[in-house]
Amino acid sequence: MRHDQGIRIEGLKKRYGAGDTAVDALKGVNMEVAPGEVVGLIGPSGSGKSTLLKCLGAVIEPSAGRMTLGGQVIYEDAWKLPDLRALRRDKIGFVFQAPYLIPFLDVTDNVALLPMLAGRPNNESRKRALELLDALDVGHRARAMPAQLSGGEQQRVAIARALVNRPPVILADEPTAPLDSERALTVIRILEEMAGQFATAIIVVTHDEKIIPTFKRIYTIRDGRTHEEAGEGRSVEGVKAQP
Amino acid sequence: MISLAGRDILHAWGKFVFTGIGLGLLIGVTLTMAGVYRGMVDDARVLLDNSGADLWVVQQDTLGPYAESSSLYDDTWRRILGMDGVARAANITYLTMQVRRVAGQDPRDVRAMVVGVVPGGPGEPGQPGYLVAGRQITRGHYEAVADMASGFALGDRIRIRRNEYRVVGLSRRMVSSGGDPMVFIPLKDAQEAQFFKDNDAIVRQRARTAANPALNRPEVLQAVLASQSVNPFVNAVLVQIKPGFDPEAVAEPIRRWQRLTVYTRAQMEEILVAKLIATSARQIGMFLVILAIVSAAIVAFIIYTLTLGKIREIAVLKLIGTRNRTIAAMILQQALGLGLIGFVVGKVAATFWAPIFPKYVLLEPGDAARGFAAVMVICVLASVLAIRAALEVDPAEAIGG
Repeated sequence: MRHDQGIRIEGLKKRYGAGDTAVDALKGVNMEVAPGEVVGLIGPSGSGKSTLLKCLGAVIEPSAGRMTLGGQVIYEDAWKLPDLRALRRDKIGFVFQAPYLIPFLDVTDNVALLPMLAGRPNNESRKRALELLDALDVGHRARAMPAQLSGGEQQRVAIARALVNRPPVILADEPTAPLDSERALTVIRILEEMAGQFATAIIVVTHDEKIIPTFKRIYTIRDGRTHEEAGEGRSVEGVKAQP
Repeated sequence: MISLAGRDILHAWGKFVFTGIGLGLLIGVTLTMAGVYRGMVDDARVLLDNSGADLWVVQQDTLGPYAESSSLYDDTWRRILGMDGVARAANITYLTMQVRRVAGQDPRDVRAMVVGVVPGGPGEPGQPGYLVAGRQITRGHYEAVADMASGFALGDRIRIRRNEYRVVGLSRRMVSSGGDPMVFIPLKDAQEAQFFKDNDAIVRQRARTAANPALNRPEVLQAVLASQSVNPFVNAVLVQIKPGFDPEAVAEPIRRWQRLTVYTRAQMEEILVAKLIATSARQIGMFLVILAIVSAAIVAFIIYTLTLGKIREIAVLKLIGTRNRTIAAMILQQALGLGLIGFVVGKVAATFWAPIFPKYVLLEPGDAARGFAAVMVICVLASVLAIRAALEVDPAEAIGG
């Protein structure tokens, strides 16, 4: 199964340092996520999860391998796309463990900032942000400042921010870590809905055992290598109902 | 695109406003220091303007009555008056001393420049140009016209050396180059005050003269003692020239034939501004430089601290694709915003406290404009450190790991 519009990496390697002190954080990682799919990425500390996430997020450059995003080649061995900043802005959405909303912007402008940075008019950007906030059920807090929101509301706003430019991929780094089980599962449900609605490939890095059963596919990373396995793919409601 | 800097300032307005007030008070001090210098220059010019003179005739090879000691015989003015192009000439003496109010409200000492002028000669060079209360000196002795800055009031009795004077008129902005208020008294009294000796000193001088065998002869001794008891000197002769005459052309024959030094208005201004207050100007200049450096350090520290407090937000902004120049512009605008707040506070503060200063503080719009430009430049330079720190932030910090 090959998806040109999702995210695909082949033989991705990352080496830190050189010579005797060199550390191979990634040793040939393969991964493929289709549009509309939500996959889990799990692994113990030091396994290379963060390094992989940074490579996927075009924050650090891999030492070797190939990565395509929405059909566009991002890395191919020594070659890389010239403007990775614009790539992050337009084609990759980020959801972090903490929401990291900009404290001096209200909820609407936190979400609208990305399209504004891409040069879209303020009104159009805010309109799009409000639509997403409504879809994520936080439209009523559109004028609030981040500090006035609950943790769950902040995470929804962060998801709206990640989605606002309709990126082909969203990277979610422990998005449910600060939330209780019910809110965590709600976030996963939202991510699944958004993935389906906007045909976005979503990779969720997590340690949260409560949400792991919801993934249909899981990548386990260990010692710099990924192993794909089928998940339980249970519905959020099913997991919630579990005693 | 929204203004990130503006939103941040609005969000943390308290921090910016209070920091701006602190910076503003420093800028206010800086503007005031510039105002003190301007005030000194203006005092010097006012002194020349108020003298009403076109030429200053002084002792040969001296810098004149304001900068150095100068003595001329008090009949010199007659010879000068006869020179071509001279319309008016008048004797004048200047003596800076403590003047004591002995009767009236609040007896106290005032540092003043006592000016000896010929009584009954309004319009003559050296006379107080206009009065805000009372009248000019009309009697030959014991009347005074004081500047309002002295704090004296009409009818006050003031003591200069051993004599008392009644204040009969008040003038405004009649000050010395050092900003001391002027007190005008009759010329003869001023001459006496300038060279006045106490009784013991007179007795000792007479004894010394009498002890000199060359002088202790019949009739000679009395003549010598008589000459020692009067002061026939003045400090300068102020000259007004006739319309149409070139000051330099009038001054040159006086220099040549009267063997005296003559300064034109431009030359006297040069002496006052470039020589008399030059050291003070350099002193103030040093203060201005130090204050500018302190202001820059404060702005740099504040902006740097504020930026370090936003490292995570900056990392997120960079991760989601914000250009470096957008982040740099945000920090720069905040620094300029802080400078703007500081300048407004400083200008308002300086305007309010300047009149309270004992000496004249002249706040010129040009200085304010230059000060504003300097503050902006300082803010730009001060933000460099913070911008550099922000640009070094790795967007990967937002992801952690």
